[in-house]
Amino acid sequence: MGRIAVTVNGHRHEVDVDPRDLLVYTLREALGLTGTNVGCDTSSCGTCTVHLNGESVKSCTVLAVQADGQEVTTIEGLATNGDMHPMQQAFTENHALQCGYCTPGMIMAAVSLLADNPSPSEDEIRHGLEGNLCRCTGYHNIVKAVQAAASA
Amino acid sequence: MATTEPKPQIGQRRLRKEDPELITGQGNFIDNISVAGMLWIHVVRSPYAHATIKGIDTSKAERAEGVVAVFTGETLEFAGPLVMAWPINDQVKNPAHFPLTKDKARYVGDPVAVVVADSRAGAKDAAELVEVDWEPHPAVTSIKDALKDGAPIIHEEFGTNNAGDWVFERDSPAPRRNPSGPYFEDPELVTIKEDYYLARLIPNAMEPRGVVVDLTASMGEYTVYSSTQIPHILRTTLTITCGIPEAKLRVVAPDVGGGFGSKLEAYPEDAICLAVAKKLGKPVKWIEERSEGYVATLHGREMHQTIELAATKDGILKAVRVNLTASMGAYLRIITPGIPMLGAWLYAGPYDCEGYDFQYTNVFTNNTFTDAYRGAGRPEATYAIERAMDALARKLGMDPIDLRMKNFITNDKFPNYTMVTGLTIDSANYTGTTEKMLDILDYADIRKKQADSRASGGTKVIGVGFSTWLEMCGIAPSRVLAALKYIAGGWDAATVEFLPTGTVRVLTGVSPHGQGNVTTMAQIAADQLGVDFEDVEVLHGDSQVVPLGLDTYGSRGLAVGGVALYKAGEKILAKARTLAAHQLECSEEDLEFAGGDFTVKGTDKSANIKALGFAAWAAHDLPDGMEPGLTATHLYDPPNFSWPNGSHACVVEVDTETGAVEIIRYVAVDDCGVQINPNIVQGQLHGGITQGIAEALFEEALYDSEGNLLTGNMTSYMIPGPPELPSFELDHTVTPSPT
Repeated sequence: MGRIAVTVNGHRHEVDVDPRDLLVYTLREALGLTGTNVGCDTSSCGTCTVHLNGESVKSCTVLAVQADGQEVTTIEGLATNGDMHPMQQAFTENHALQCGYCTPGMIMAAVSLLADNPSPSEDEIRHGLEGNLCRCTGYHNIVKAVQAAASA
Repeated sequence: MATTEPKPQIGQRRLRKEDPELITGQGNFIDNISVAGMLWIHVVRSPYAHATIKGIDTSKAERAEGVVAVFTGETLEFAGPLVMAWPINDQVKNPAHFPLTKDKARYVGDPVAVVVADSRAGAKDAAELVEVDWEPHPAVTSIKDALKDGAPIIHEEFGTNNAGDWVFERDSPAPRRNPSGPYFEDPELVTIKEDYYLARLIPNAMEPRGVVVDLTASMGEYTVYSSTQIPHILRTTLTITCGIPEAKLRVVAPDVGGGFGSKLEAYPEDAICLAVAKKLGKPVKWIEERSEGYVATLHGREMHQTIELAATKDGILKAVRVNLTASMGAYLRIITPGIPMLGAWLYAGPYDCEGYDFQYTNVFTNNTFTDAYRGAGRPEATYAIERAMDALARKLGMDPIDLRMKNFITNDKFPNYTMVTGLTIDSANYTGTTEKMLDILDYADIRKKQADSRASGGTKVIGVGFSTWLEMCGIAPSRVLAALKYIAGGWDAATVEFLPTGTVRVLTGVSPHGQGNVTTMAQIAADQLGVDFEDVEVLHGDSQVVPLGLDTYGSRGLAVGGVALYKAGEKILAKARTLAAHQLECSEEDLEFAGGDFTVKGTDKSANIKALGFAAWAAHDLPDGMEPGLTATHLYDPPNFSWPNGSHACVVEVDTETGAVEIIRYVAVDDCGVQINPNIVQGQLHGGITQGIAEALFEEALYDSEGNLLTGNMTSYMIPGPPELPSFELDHTVTPSPT
């Protein structure tokens, strides 16, 4: 056990972690931020995507100790003052989610995508989200939502 | 006084009521549920596809830090085996399938022991210390090999891997029009015979499965939270397997992260968790790891198909003959042996013909069990007949569209046309969806581009394929299920209640997990009852909150559950009308209902349904004999299946040197009848099309000769991501069901 200090959604936390603890489980179980879901054990699905110092990462491939002293943003931290982030708004308006399990990771990846490329083509959106899997939507409406958020 | 009339809801692209929590990370998925004092379960699984258990030494694991108990099949008792609910006929061979196998393992992943510990990691670590003395046997994972003489026998008590057959002529309650035999002997007819193999698929709902069991030990009461599509059915099956009285058992499906059939199951882990909680008197939790799920969660498809067509030389289809052999995997799960039967009446597609035969043989193999996956038996039928129609078109030198158009059941035959396979289609629009699809596609232009690409001599050539499909949905009329030897019914239930504060609560017995029924059912109720969409709350998925229901599978959520809701609404309106007539001192016939108001014809005297709801609740002044409350329950048993259809076209560019396939366009025109919410209809289509493309181009579960799953995780099993797929071009026609 060692103690790390990590700022999550603007709040500083000190947490005891094992060297083998993954960031996603520290977020979910130590900090109670269960919005970030786990979809696989091979870093394949992107369900657990969060922002680490503003960059999207799969939180199942980051050790909690690596987040020591860093800033993390999760889906719970995306809305500001109760107003949904434009990407969250675009997801509901374009019916870009069904079961909703991949959605937090997909939204975090999409926000990161637009930060890097504010007006992507459809092809750039599809390749930009290639690390995130969805089994319900066929990505059609996810692409539309990202396009809508880009022009919002 | 009349209130503002709400806008009609049916057909509106309402944003989903489900979304606000799901887009803000407040979903209540199974791994988000924790109970004070709960223990963690890890399942020890067989590393062998076929091996006798000579002994299990749990002593080291029991001594590990944090371990509370270790159980094997010998020490964890069950009242009965897992329930198999579809004994298709008296030929079926159904081995007793206990949650923990005692004698031998029959697939890689077969549960043999469980470790119970005070942490997730502790249970997993200690599972490594359980020592099983294995005696491995040769395994058989191919359908054809399993039927050969001398094949390893998976269930010795049967002496064969043949799990039983089902023959249309003998077993179908609906007789087919004519036997197919004479058509295939007619020298004047053209015949084709095609052999297809449908790969084994791994469903991969994005949320892995999980179970949490809480309990009130003193009362013998248990709450099972399970990532399931079927909380009501699971309650009944767990009662049988675990010996807990059904009224003491509550099953909750929280937010469920996708199913596609893979959560339509009575799984070993559901029963194991309940049995351990009962034995220890402690709450427990098990969460599936993804790679564990690749062997522990049901697989789909895997069958060999032989389909024969007979037709006249000018392309009039005369007969269809089908023979399937299907992999069951190692055991029969809840409806495994009946899955191929779900296609039994659909292998002639939307085409008229005269002769029909169909049969299938179920086969045990040393693989994970198969069961319902995305369409379950019906897409298999569409796959076979559509490929066969293309093969017939090639043999006849006809355009595949011309052949289809020539053989469609035409609209003038409806309503209620009994097709060659003996079932009656209430309505459909095969020609109409196809014409519209061809129009959007610009078929002539696509064929020209195809010819140009071939003539150019380059390595990129264009291909175009079609699927003109029908399905039997809205499963199912209970009397039909009885005739098919399914042991339960096909009804569903809804309860509508006006609450005293003016909102409407709907309880639905279906259990959606992405289909958006909270939204569409609110639209139905709002329209019918004349209340605001925002004032309708739809509850589901908890057997204590909604005691009556038969859950979500078989394309039945709205087709059965939605009609149950509408019928309950009719009862509400009838009672409200009686009460309104009492209040307004008029006869019921003098009242007209619109926008939530009962108005005396020709006057401005009216009563709003919300006020009537309060009056019925207060019960101060009700007509003599009227029960208090404005609430109604309806159990709806559908008189027929629903019969949607559609016409799809896929245009691809194939690299003739590498074999790479790129989808250029995908056009789909479908007809599900009246659309409650077009956004949701389209979303369902996007997902269905995608899993179809995935099956055709990307996904296949592969095993080695010893029965090890080679595609055992998300890195080796190819689930298409955003770059692999195009945007889709969708349109529709609307042919309402007359029933």
